[in-house]
Amino acid sequence: MGWTRKDLLTMQELEPAEIGSILDTAASMKEIAAREIKKVPTLRGRTVVNLFYEPSTRTRTSFEIAGKWLSADVVNWSAPGSSAAKGESLLDTARNIAAMSPDVVVVRHGAAGAAALLAKALRCAVVNAGDGAHEHPTQALLDLLTIREKKGHLEGLSVAIVGDIARSRVARSNIHGMRKLGMTVTVAGPPTLIPPFVQELGVKVSHRLEEAIANVDVIMMLRLQQERMMGALIPSLREYARYWGLTPTSLGAARQDVLIMHPGPVNRGIEIAPEVADGPYSVILDQVANGVAVRMAVLFLLAGGKAQP
Amino acid sequence: MNALIRGGRVLDPAHDVDAVQDVLIQDGKISRLGTGLRAPDGTPTIEAGGKVVCPGFIDAHVHLREPGYEYKETVATGTKAAAAGGFTAVACMANTNPVNDNRSVTDYVLAKARSEGAVRVYPIGAVSRGLEGKELAELAELAEAGCVAFSDDGHPVMNSALLRHAMEYTLPFGLPIISHAEDAHLTGGGVMNEGAVSTELGLAGRPSAAEEVMVARDLCLAELTGAHVHIAHISTAGAVRLLRDAKARGIRVTAEVTPHHLLLTEEAVRGYDPNTKMNPPLRTKRDREALVEALADGTIDCIATDHAPHAVAEKEGDYDQAAFGIVGLETAVSLLLDRLVRPGLLDLRTLVSRLTVGPARLLNLRGGSLAAGADADVTILDLERRLTIDPRAFHSKSRNTPFDGWEVTGMPWMTLVGGRVVMWERVIKGGAGKTGARTGAS
Repeated sequence: MGWTRKDLLTMQELEPAEIGSILDTAASMKEIAAREIKKVPTLRGRTVVNLFYEPSTRTRTSFEIAGKWLSADVVNWSAPGSSAAKGESLLDTARNIAAMSPDVVVVRHGAAGAAALLAKALRCAVVNAGDGAHEHPTQALLDLLTIREKKGHLEGLSVAIVGDIARSRVARSNIHGMRKLGMTVTVAGPPTLIPPFVQELGVKVSHRLEEAIANVDVIMMLRLQQERMMGALIPSLREYARYWGLTPTSLGAARQDVLIMHPGPVNRGIEIAPEVADGPYSVILDQVANGVAVRMAVLFLLAGGKAQP
Repeated sequence: MNALIRGGRVLDPAHDVDAVQDVLIQDGKISRLGTGLRAPDGTPTIEAGGKVVCPGFIDAHVHLREPGYEYKETVATGTKAAAAGGFTAVACMANTNPVNDNRSVTDYVLAKARSEGAVRVYPIGAVSRGLEGKELAELAELAEAGCVAFSDDGHPVMNSALLRHAMEYTLPFGLPIISHAEDAHLTGGGVMNEGAVSTELGLAGRPSAAEEVMVARDLCLAELTGAHVHIAHISTAGAVRLLRDAKARGIRVTAEVTPHHLLLTEEAVRGYDPNTKMNPPLRTKRDREALVEALADGTIDCIATDHAPHAVAEKEGDYDQAAFGIVGLETAVSLLLDRLVRPGLLDLRTLVSRLTVGPARLLNLRGGSLAAGADADVTILDLERRLTIDPRAFHSKSRNTPFDGWEVTGMPWMTLVGGRVVMWERVIKGGAGKTGARTGAS
């Protein structure tokens, strides 16, 4: 189907066919990564601004590479801190950037709804690269692409998402995307990390790792945001690792063909043991590679590409 | 000031009056009510045929922001907004800068009200010095200076012992403690109601329990001390249940509810409009329905706007950074007439009662009725007038409302304070200001 949206803000707003369209486009982009000269002229003369209010190496670099392989001019605008107290507000920054006539603004911000706010204020395309604990749609898209590649299809698959669901935009975007594509989702973690009424998003809830990961096609471990947890939401890293860390032992409960995913960066030895992260079931690096393809597809669709490259 | 208000439907719930009558005002007081009244020659006549003539509305909870935050609101602009919205008196909270925790600030607010106020102003003193919840403010002197209640509104008093002592210390003054009932640990960094919508939007939530545990605590302390505690902006069905039970047991408690908690739910937060961010947050449909029911049956004593002006820059950014609160003085009456009275959820008499005798009683004010001898504070409603809410037309300095563009039927048509017309057809009539008067001495 044709792409008609100005922005990519959430997985929640996408139709299944739109998700399929992005994944198909991304799959075709992967061929570029395999070339010796990784450059196509598709977005020549277009400008992509990466506006990151939170530190991010992986996502920002992924967007940057995606833009450059498509020949767009990519500019990184690192806004130190996210607080209005530091001076310029998000809207002021947006107005300044708008005055420079970019074609796409990729934004990451600590506040839920920040990308939608920018999208309303800017005439150019806006890509949400993470807004608070709300959504991170390109992460969900690259996760879906990875699963589809490995499993050959998506419908009917089951996924366990494990960890800090309450503060995870990755979980929210994946829940919406997976539900739309006919997958079943279980979220798992200690109750202090599970947001209230999460069942209303169409997921099951489990409070035991072994129960959650038994018999699923995909296990997605989330990064534990250690700084904000200690003492209040979980007693200690040690206890978390013991009950919620994915180790060779706990993995015994899982199926033989399970895929293990992690959006990164990994806390080795906490939510996932090194030998599992690097083990045969892990597709963590495939996720990273597919991130570039998905972001190429998104930039291509939003920056006015009409046909396949 | 003299005037004859002729031919209106006079609705004075305090005295069970609901009939087409004339109201004669002499020397700023209600002289008498009756049919076919004759006024002395030269008395201005207000033709109120087809209109509803009520005691002046009283808003027990506003933020006038002066001194200290004059860029948001002043006594002059806030009271103009009140007059435009049909209110003849407002009680203003202590979270100014400096805080109204000592008599010089109370004196300043009252002086401003005398010189620039369009309606009566009743200051509310702080419970604790600097609203810090650590030491008592100079409560006796605040009472003597004219404060009508004490509250650390916006900064819940987490120290139960301090609140207990405030209740005990102020018992002889006969003034209520107004509690902003939210447990600050449970609200944490929450910016909206905790529930399915906050989970979906990825915003940090404030659970209903944060309000309910504090209401329960306040009720226990009121029972312990015998003090009158007034629950500000009650917002949950659970808090209503606690309130109803406490009233049945004879505890001295009253409560107010805001128009926005009566009319909106957490669903309004979808879209991340910072004008849906307030404290306590918009709750669920079930809570909203419980509030309307409790307002109708008298469990909730009055409607108060929690008029909370903020500058544009404080309300236009991302949701987490935006300030809490919305303006309410200029939208409350129209919204309530249109969304509660017209659909039959609340009868007009009850609405007027909750805006007049309800707040007057809890703050021990002289107003709230049209009895002979009372101050001639009068609000006249036009129930048929249709209008579109337009923040650009507000008299308030601030525009932070979620009701922009709402089509409503019914509005305050005229406001009189002490027999003087201060608002007619949304136009403010100039003149000297007013300060309030309490019943009895303290």
